Amino acid sequence: MASYTPTVAIDDPRTSTGGNGGLPPDWGSDGGNFDSHYFDTRLRRARLGLIVGLTGIAMIFISFTSAYVVRQGLPTLDPRTNALLHDWFPVPLPRLLLLNTVVLLISSVTMELARCQAARKALAHLSSIPGVSVGAKDEMSWLALTVVLGLSFLTGQWMAWRELAANGFYMASSPSSSFVYLLTGMHGIHLFGGVVALLSAGVASLLRRSADSQLILVDVTGWYWHFMAVLWVYILCLLEFVH
Amino acid sequence: MATREFAAHEAHAHTAPQGFIRKWVFSLDHKVIGLQYYFLALTAVIVGMFLSLLMRIHLIWPNITLPLLGDIKPETYLTLVTMHGTIMVFFVLTTAPQGGFGNYFLPIQIGAADMAFPVLNMLSFWVTALAFIVMLGAFFVTGGAPLHGWTGYPPLSAVPSAGPGEGPGADMWVISIALFCIGALMSALNFITTTLDMRAKGMSMMRMPLTCWAWFITAILGLLAFGVLFSAGILLLLDRNAGTSFYVPLTVFSGQIVAHKGGSPLLWQHLFWFFGHPEVYIAILPAMGLCSQLVSVFSRKPIFGYKAMVYAMLSIGLLGFMVWGHHMFMSGMSPYSAFAFSIMTMAIGVPSAIKTFNWLGTLWGGRIRLASPMLFAIGFVSLFVSGGISGPFLAQPTLDIPLHDTAFVTGHFHLIMGVASIFGIFAATYYWFPKMFGRMMNETLARWHFWLTFVGTYCIFMPMHYAGMAGQPRRYSQFTELHYLEKLIPLNTFITFAAFVTIASQLIFIFNLFWSMKAGKKASDNPWEATTLEWTTATPPPHDNFGGHTPVVYNGPYEYGVPGAPRDYVMQTDPTTVAAH
Repeated sequence: MASYTPTVAIDDPRTSTGGNGGLPPDWGSDGGNFDSHYFDTRLRRARLGLIVGLTGIAMIFISFTSAYVVRQGLPTLDPRTNALLHDWFPVPLPRLLLLNTVVLLISSVTMELARCQAARKALAHLSSIPGVSVGAKDEMSWLALTVVLGLSFLTGQWMAWRELAANGFYMASSPSSSFVYLLTGMHGIHLFGGVVALLSAGVASLLRRSADSQLILVDVTGWYWHFMAVLWVYILCLLEFVH
Repeated sequence: MATREFAAHEAHAHTAPQGFIRKWVFSLDHKVIGLQYYFLALTAVIVGMFLSLLMRIHLIWPNITLPLLGDIKPETYLTLVTMHGTIMVFFVLTTAPQGGFGNYFLPIQIGAADMAFPVLNMLSFWVTALAFIVMLGAFFVTGGAPLHGWTGYPPLSAVPSAGPGEGPGADMWVISIALFCIGALMSALNFITTTLDMRAKGMSMMRMPLTCWAWFITAILGLLAFGVLFSAGILLLLDRNAGTSFYVPLTVFSGQIVAHKGGSPLLWQHLFWFFGHPEVYIAILPAMGLCSQLVSVFSRKPIFGYKAMVYAMLSIGLLGFMVWGHHMFMSGMSPYSAFAFSIMTMAIGVPSAIKTFNWLGTLWGGRIRLASPMLFAIGFVSLFVSGGISGPFLAQPTLDIPLHDTAFVTGHFHLIMGVASIFGIFAATYYWFPKMFGRMMNETLARWHFWLTFVGTYCIFMPMHYAGMAGQPRRYSQFTELHYLEKLIPLNTFITFAAFVTIASQLIFIFNLFWSMKAGKKASDNPWEATTLEWTTATPPPHDNFGGHTPVVYNGPYEYGVPGAPRDYVMQTDPTTVAAH
């Protein structure tokens, strides 16, 4: 039986220093600014979490896309003639959706402005230092405008649904109308999540919670918001052009 | 360093809560959340095991009336199949290894004070717990629990009139699965961010214990897979309640034409198995990581081929997303697609063999300590090989088609996905119990538990392969009256009695678990003489894991038998070994 000889087996341990794997995260033992370092860590972590979360959300919509494409290609059985029919008829989309798209894209711009505004606000304490200017200490007006535009978009989507229903296209009317309601509805729910996050950021400022936390919340919601805008354009193109 | 400690401290900004509710119920502490997941899984496994017991009793004595439950009708049997499968796959195999041990030990093993997002962590547990309550609730609504199997194939699962249990019970099943997906996605988000961003100084990715790699890869699989299942579940709910026809074609149930047309049951199968196959690896990867850890610790040798283990797990994870079609060879898919899925599936044999080879290579010539965690780790390797070897059989369409609906498949996936993962959970429990509760589990009882379970599960699931090859169909509530299966009655009786013994021996484990919490021998901080970070801290770990400081890592996780070192192991935090190399 083979005997164990530590010198031979362990001389060159395969795991000793981990084969030059990726460097550990930089915790910045460089004596940098205490608060800003901690803030950077939190912001980076929140953004990383957001990217991971958006991957999960993307998978949900990728699945719907694959279902959409597969369903289009499927024939259905006509019980009267016993023949296979192609039953995919695209739903004429309400023109209102174009207006909604414009509203959402504008909201993406205001969201970006709100993000910059929050960053300035987080740095506001620096303005007490002579010679440092961080801009006006205005309230979070862009944030409020983004919320209003987001809610307008959601209202517009609701009106588009009403218009579809008035034209006789309900959830169960046809395979393509099912997908119109499904995709717009799921997107709407996700965007509403963004609205709630922005509202809680607004409340955070009322509650005088730390400007850092507020900035982080506004920052990640901002990226989330942009993602939702891009996702909406994608969904609209899918519904309009992929037949 | 001060900055680093401050950051770690602030990340764990919630100071140790005192009240019962904040400390044990709505806790933000990853350790408490880990225990919550673990006990949720323990509750679920008891329910799931009880259901399997009823199935085994019914199979060999189909006509007896059970006290309180009455006679088991065929549809009741299908309900048992469905709920046993669903509860075991989701609330045990997905919950305990990842949610339970992953939550408890990932942050400690990488030197972090907590998960990246503690509130999200708490939410993921409570959403999962709610999902479990909703799932159990399906038993108590009109019509009872659903009977469409854990795979929920439409149109059976999509049409409420398709059978008893397909009404409100099936709705609750779908809602529970969707909730579970949300919990699993939030949890995956936390695991990935924590692993990437919270490692202590010196803890490079390639210095992480293989357990952490396994949890990390499992989280990536979960992130990509549960979103798909969530979407599939939403479509199913809409088909059931909003009159859409995503999955339901024009069909007839109970003499009535359904109010759907044009949907595709195959669409569900594709979406479901795109989730379902990675789910198999979600269940078993943490056990693989743990097995690697234990084999090294208890052989007192570095793991054989650390990098190969990491790359093997990564490639298993990657290939896992390309093989879903092998669950659908029966669906009439094109032989060319079947061929592609078949080749990809058999390719998974390569990284699996690398892992097995490396486990054996680590054991070879080691100074093996056969403590209970090691017994279960070796048991895992055995089950992984025995259950895995029938995988390449089933990966071939020509063999899968005759075997697919037989007990052969039941035997295959129970050995590899069920029992092997459960052995991982047992091994983890025996290994980390001292750290979690500050006491040792009783070793004698643990050995009895191991041998009875090890032999017992082989006695249950090995014969199923032969029963399957002899043509015994799975999911049939009754086979004793079929002439061609009469010869299998003694074999099935044997399986049922083996199940009695195996299930009874789990009482030893449950007794040992709770008794040892109160009366076990006091554990030292590092009873197994292991090197990873959880063994550098107090037992049980303090609220911020390392008592106010953050560890700095100098070594890889498997430094055993290092020449010139004062002991036969070198802790990851021990700076002296830098000189030794």
